[in-house]
Amino acid sequence: MSIGLIGKKVGMTRVFNDEGEAIAVTVIDISDNVFIQSKTQEKDGYSAVQVGFETVKESRVNKPETGHFKSNGAAPKRVVREFRLDSDEQLPEVDHPGIDLFEEGQWVDVIGTSKGKGFQGVVKRYGFGGLPQTHGSMMHRRTGSVGPGTTPGRVWKNKTMPGQHGNYRKTVQNLKIVKKRSEDKVLLISGAVPGHNGGYVIVRPAVKKEAPAQNLKKQANGGETSEA
Amino acid sequence: MSKSVIEKIEREQMREDVPAFGPGDTLKVHSRVVEGGKERIQIFQGIVMGRRGTGINEAFTVRKISNGEGVERVFQVHSPKIAKIEVFSRGKVRRAKINYLRGRVGKQATTVKSADRLS
Repeated sequence: MSIGLIGKKVGMTRVFNDEGEAIAVTVIDISDNVFIQSKTQEKDGYSAVQVGFETVKESRVNKPETGHFKSNGAAPKRVVREFRLDSDEQLPEVDHPGIDLFEEGQWVDVIGTSKGKGFQGVVKRYGFGGLPQTHGSMMHRRTGSVGPGTTPGRVWKNKTMPGQHGNYRKTVQNLKIVKKRSEDKVLLISGAVPGHNGGYVIVRPAVKKEAPAQNLKKQANGGETSEA
Repeated sequence: MSKSVIEKIEREQMREDVPAFGPGDTLKVHSRVVEGGKERIQIFQGIVMGRRGTGINEAFTVRKISNGEGVERVFQVHSPKIAKIEVFSRGKVRRAKINYLRGRVGKQATTVKSADRLS
């Protein structure tokens, strides 16, 4: 368990690497991430850190939220997310390091809300092959059979059928941070990430890859770290 | 944040040493090739078939006849793999893509009307 960033998808472009190869990258704006609150075992029953992103006018947040931000001494934020930690020892003691939470070349997972596609059939939604287009077939893109007959006598649960496609939470694993641009406060991440430009995404160290340690302790403390 | 960051990233990577050239021109493209850990320069000389794309995404196609076989290579205009682009001669053509050269044989396939407009 480790801490990630909240960001905004700016768009895609491409960069040339040292070998001169062009890499498609997504630009993610990660400016003004702040730690709002630490949740501890003792008080809340679990360890987590609450991260806020994108400062907004006070009139944009409701009264209970205003109170929450005020009591923790933070500016009102549009997006607030929690990152769970394994134990209280991993709770950060310093301010949010922003872009320096990650290193160049590190593997990350990106979570976002995918682009909405509306009500779609099974060919688009689940990649069904479709049925014959010719020879008198009238079943072109239809679902086909949804199950056997007498046994089991019903349709299985989770049978893939037409329905809403897109506009749900989606995680893309194992993308690489190609470049950090500290002056613009943007990350360049290889490949595509879910959602529209301007959509909110969460960037976290990849769950399935070794990640460098996150050092969020006060320097005097000596480098106590958390592993991904 | 607006798209301006993307524009900035792209602008930083664009090369300024690219000469003006267009379809019909004959180019010598000096490209960097890494072979066995060593880098050397390879020259590809041929006629520009056309350019496509804009900004950092711009590319161009060069065609030459090598050992009787037509060879086409696509280069990225702003790629750091290109060491140098040299304009060998100017050609005068009437369209943006001169793909009609592909159907031609002999001298017709390798030459276009030369232009006086050598910049």
